[in-house]
Amino acid sequence: MKSKSKRKISLGSVFINAPYFVWAALFIIIPLGVVLIYAFSDGEGGFTLSNMASLADYGGVILRSLWYSVLATVITLLIAYPFSYVVCRLRPASQKIANMFVTLPMWINLLIKTYCLSSLMDGNGLINQALAAIGFGRLSLMNNTGAVIFGMVYNYLPYMILPIYNVMSKIDVSLLEAAEDLGCSTAARVRRVVLPLTLPGIVSGIIMVFVPSVSTFYISAKMGGTGDFMIGDLIEGQIHNQNSNLPVAAALSTVLMAIILVSMLILNRFSKTDEGGSMLV
Amino acid sequence: MKNGNIVELKNVTLSFDGEKILDSLDLSVRDGEFVTFLGRSGCGKTTTLRIIAGFLTPDEGDVFFDGVRINDVPPYKRPVNTIFQRYALFPHLNVFENVAFGLRVSKTPKEEIGPKVRDMLRLVNLEGYETRKVTKLSGGQQQRVAIARALVNRPKVLLLDEPLSALDAKLRKDMQVELKRIQRETGITFIFVTHDQEEALSMSDTVVVMENGKIQQIGAPVDIYNEPKNAFVADFIGESNIIDGIMNKDDTVTFAGHTFVCVDEGFAHDEPVDVVIRPEDVDIVPPSEGMVKGRITQATFKGDYYELIVDVRGFKWMVQTTDAYAEDQTIGIALDPDAIHVMHKSEFSGLYGDYSTFSDDMDGDPEADDEE
Repeated sequence: MKSKSKRKISLGSVFINAPYFVWAALFIIIPLGVVLIYAFSDGEGGFTLSNMASLADYGGVILRSLWYSVLATVITLLIAYPFSYVVCRLRPASQKIANMFVTLPMWINLLIKTYCLSSLMDGNGLINQALAAIGFGRLSLMNNTGAVIFGMVYNYLPYMILPIYNVMSKIDVSLLEAAEDLGCSTAARVRRVVLPLTLPGIVSGIIMVFVPSVSTFYISAKMGGTGDFMIGDLIEGQIHNQNSNLPVAAALSTVLMAIILVSMLILNRFSKTDEGGSMLV
Repeated sequence: MKNGNIVELKNVTLSFDGEKILDSLDLSVRDGEFVTFLGRSGCGKTTTLRIIAGFLTPDEGDVFFDGVRINDVPPYKRPVNTIFQRYALFPHLNVFENVAFGLRVSKTPKEEIGPKVRDMLRLVNLEGYETRKVTKLSGGQQQRVAIARALVNRPKVLLLDEPLSALDAKLRKDMQVELKRIQRETGITFIFVTHDQEEALSMSDTVVVMENGKIQQIGAPVDIYNEPKNAFVADFIGESNIIDGIMNKDDTVTFAGHTFVCVDEGFAHDEPVDVVIRPEDVDIVPPSEGMVKGRITQATFKGDYYELIVDVRGFKWMVQTTDAYAEDQTIGIALDPDAIHVMHKSEFSGLYGDYSTFSDDMDGDPEADDEE
């Protein structure tokens, strides 16, 4: 935030904010510290870089996670933006219904949704059964990269739509009329007015989809093939497998956090708002 | 240009949800004139403006621009620009870029944009504001940016939708003068929408008075004021006493129990009429010399004049005078033939022009709220 003016901190504000700071310390700062300590310790309390060095073996997985997340984020954006544009032009009552359909899937746990999706798309799932019934051949919908991306897009789409819709629905209609009055066709209107004004929504949407995407697990394990697992699956494996290796899991987590932090810093350059504030970081 | 009319509406009709907003409107606007659509909120004036801009399409009737029918031409292809009621400046662009918007859309060469924008900013007295954020400007300054943004495109017609309604009284007066100056300097046709009759009279070459989706009268401000066509126009433009009368024959009319000499002709024999007497045209004389007599029921000091409510045979007249009179005093009233204006009866007869329920509280501007 911009305002760096030194204000007097009253006793009351300390009292009101104290629970938050205690909570943040207990459940955010300390756990993060523990992860960092694990990532750089050799198991006997000594400092080591060997955990980090061992990640070289996982370079492919890390890159793949990044690539899949970028793909999923771009696809959700390409779906969410026109969708929001159309919804904003509906009557208020219809907008409410459309919004309900967007938020409804968020009521259901990601694992359950993914499980259901798998049983739909399975080699012997409902879709293939239906296709077989009407005489088409079965399709191989599961256990490939496409299925992973589909699963991610399906799960994270609402997180892209909501921030974009929110910003877009607040654009004053008279601005669009003014643009049209000044010579803009529909396409020019979107490019010169709607896009710049919805940029903050796009940036939030990208962050809200990219961050969970890059740390995805289960979706990739359940719907992907053998070569589709991602950092999230890797970390989970290092924790739960028989030969679990917490320091390596911690090192992987540290890299993941670094990736997220860097991408958010880059994104924030695009989301400077009127007040000079920026989102999240 | 055919017949010198830049904009023409022929038989334009528009309904929303079964309610007629515009009822077979016919209107011609001459090139280069300052036209004002004047009326109360809901009278259809803004709707008419939006039809000319292209944001609305009439259900029936045709819109012509320079003699060409433009019903199906979208707003972005019409050589008109609009100044919106709340300016609608682009918040993501600074003053310069707001003004340059139309030029950039029309792919004007870059080296021409700078000088054109600066010329416009000079015209609206905003030199040096190029890099300011529009959100940080005052209402009057935003107004000027909106004017510059529209005029930089050199439209054939500028449409102004109650552009002064958000400004305070002092700024309003300044902007009225300013707009009139800009219109003269640029020679562009201005079509101005307002509910403020004073604004309309002081700025326009032609005033179009609207009510109930119909044009009630078109004319020069002086003609509209002096020769209102019906009770609505007479009441809406300035103060009027509107009294039932009988037109005995040319130049002779009877009302308030007296037969007056007037200058109106062309009515049927003994036709019932509405007679308009402007409050400032009433001469007060001693009761014995008056054509009619009345009792003052209310006298209000208004600064440069007194406003009297006078009971004349049960009908309350408003009279304005520079002399002081006491309430309950009986006075005589004399009228010059010129002071009497006779109108045919209309759908508005009896609705306006009686001051029996008049109080200063109701003298405010009931239409100050935003329209539509």
